[in-house]
Amino acid sequence: MANLKELTHREDRLAGGHRLCAGCGASIAVRQVLLGAGEDPVVVGCATGCLEVSTTIYPYSSWKTPFIHNAFENSAATISGVEAAFKGLKRAGKIPADKTMKFVAFGGDGGTYDIGLQALSGAMERGHDMVYVCYDNGAYMNTGIQRSSATPKGAWATTAEVGAAQQGKIQRRKDLTQIMAAHGIPYVAQASISHWKDLTTKAEKAFAVEGPAFLNVFAPCPRGWRIPSSQSVEIAKLAVQTGFWPLYEVVDGEFRHTVKVHNRKPIEEFLRPQGRFRHLFSPGNEELLAEIQGDVDRAWDRLMARCPQA
Amino acid sequence: MPTHTTLAATGNSVVAEAMRQCKPNVMAAYPITPQTTIVEEFAGFVAKGKTDCEYVTVESEHSAMSACIGASAAGARVMTATSSQGLALMWEELHIASGMRLPIVMANANRALSAPINIHCDHSDIMGARDTGWVTLFAETAQEAYDNTIMATRIAEHPDVMLPVMSCLDGFITTHSIDRVSVMDDESVAGFVGEYEPRNALLETGTPVTHGAFAGLGGPYFEFKKQQREAIENARAVVSAVGAEYSALSGRPFGAIETWGMDDAEVALVVIGSTAGNARAVARHLRADGKKVGVVKVRVWRPFPYADLAAALKGMKAVAVLDRAESFGAEGGPLYLEVRSALYDLETRVPVVGYIYGLGGSDVKLELMERVFSDLADIAAGTAAPAGLVYLGAREEA
Repeated sequence: MANLKELTHREDRLAGGHRLCAGCGASIAVRQVLLGAGEDPVVVGCATGCLEVSTTIYPYSSWKTPFIHNAFENSAATISGVEAAFKGLKRAGKIPADKTMKFVAFGGDGGTYDIGLQALSGAMERGHDMVYVCYDNGAYMNTGIQRSSATPKGAWATTAEVGAAQQGKIQRRKDLTQIMAAHGIPYVAQASISHWKDLTTKAEKAFAVEGPAFLNVFAPCPRGWRIPSSQSVEIAKLAVQTGFWPLYEVVDGEFRHTVKVHNRKPIEEFLRPQGRFRHLFSPGNEELLAEIQGDVDRAWDRLMARCPQA
Repeated sequence: MPTHTTLAATGNSVVAEAMRQCKPNVMAAYPITPQTTIVEEFAGFVAKGKTDCEYVTVESEHSAMSACIGASAAGARVMTATSSQGLALMWEELHIASGMRLPIVMANANRALSAPINIHCDHSDIMGARDTGWVTLFAETAQEAYDNTIMATRIAEHPDVMLPVMSCLDGFITTHSIDRVSVMDDESVAGFVGEYEPRNALLETGTPVTHGAFAGLGGPYFEFKKQQREAIENARAVVSAVGAEYSALSGRPFGAIETWGMDDAEVALVVIGSTAGNARAVARHLRADGKKVGVVKVRVWRPFPYADLAAALKGMKAVAVLDRAESFGAEGGPLYLEVRSALYDLETRVPVVGYIYGLGGSDVKLELMERVFSDLADIAAGTAAPAGLVYLGAREEA
């Protein structure tokens, strides 16, 4: 796998000057993932969302690689069509038989966990040679911080409000990485923008396998999480260190914990710096906090039980 | 010249055959009654190695059209087929396909929309997709369904058009009935449709392009739509030229409308799809009795042939328009509204009466056509005024 020096020599396929916010986790995720794509040409697909609207404001485009945006829920289906065209045109002799290319679809958690889950599941089951990357910032940020099935329990969102009768989102988040692992595809991994080496290595593996691969990348949103722009990476690191977002991969069904956490920090350390969790520290919410810690502990134990060397 | 082979075949089977002959690079489709035999036959071609097409068996119609859009933007010749609820599920993507100017060809087996659920023929599916920007052709017979599929490929990919084209055939009546069909040899069809030369394809990696950019924030969305309007207007001439060229090859005439008995007709019935046959059969009997009746069949639904309709119906004493779809709350069905609009600029007003018929496969008996012609005769004689919207053949108590 490439070291940092080698990575700096690779072409950046997402140009600067796009209109994403300072500290946006999505653009960091995209750049790190594409560094893992190697030298082959890459076609990028993107779901409707912040990443798409901020990088393709006509007549400008930040993409120095072929790019397609179709709609919100179908980034996986769209890229599966591009990959099918590559195969079909090769068979028709219109593309040289020895040409190699990579295909990647990006979507946020709304476009992946929720509205795009069916299209994603279908594309993975069909075995297209593509990588799907979810940049998970835990809410519908583009439309104004509405809750998704990736929003953590207790988090404030504009459709999971905080008041006398409710303390933010009531439900636990969906574990999409495990759902994708259950598809039995060659490569599934969970990564974070805070751990660039782990992420780019996983991206390299995802692009290298023949067939479908899925990456779930933790990508903080300063605007939605109510954190300073400078804190994105720090918060992402805390998500890993508290066990909220374990870094692991599933290679042909085998689980492996890729970044070990020896002294898991209490979940409070991840929650406290974020404005979206502020209410959890008000008197009366001690039980809810304990419940959230319990959820993290149980998910952690279940995952570690599946990782043999943990 | 092509070799013609006469087959006894269903509409779906010859649509699948035409698609194979047009050599698509990608087909992405999802099964739905009564389209299924198209995708099944095509799967057979794939299994037997009769096509080098990449066949993507998607998990929904929404993904079918999404994958078609990806594949078409990538530079492939792309085809698919659907029906009813499937077309409805694609609705968002239908607009994106035309807005992105992708020459996808799709067969639609016309079927009623839920609720109540019903699998039989009517045109509510395509009429619901009326304003999605697709060039839309209608077949009366399996033969026309075959011919339209081949012409659709040329029309879609024409540089002046670059729009998706939908080829409609009536569910079960045309999709599943065995009909006499003349098909051409593979080489002649391939020669007619030619090779697709994509522009700005995603897979041309030397010059990376961005498809599906954001045109809000005061961007050129409005101007893009104007270009789309220009493209579908261009399609009028292209449909006509491609139709003429195809006619020369096939020996079968093609026009945006087809007229029967209109040279000296005094009253006329306007219809779309398979019911045209029923209308002509009754008109033929009435002609034998000396009644001056005519039938106009609309073959191109979008762009709608207003001028052809006006020319054909000018001077009629009465016109009946048969709609196999509703437009609830409007004065009549979608075809009725278009025909009335087509006649608006005529100096002498032509009385037009609208009928809704055959919804959900409700039987279209010859007696119903007789009743329509009888109404027209009354209106022409001045003994009855146009009756307003008529639910033709509806039972008093369901």
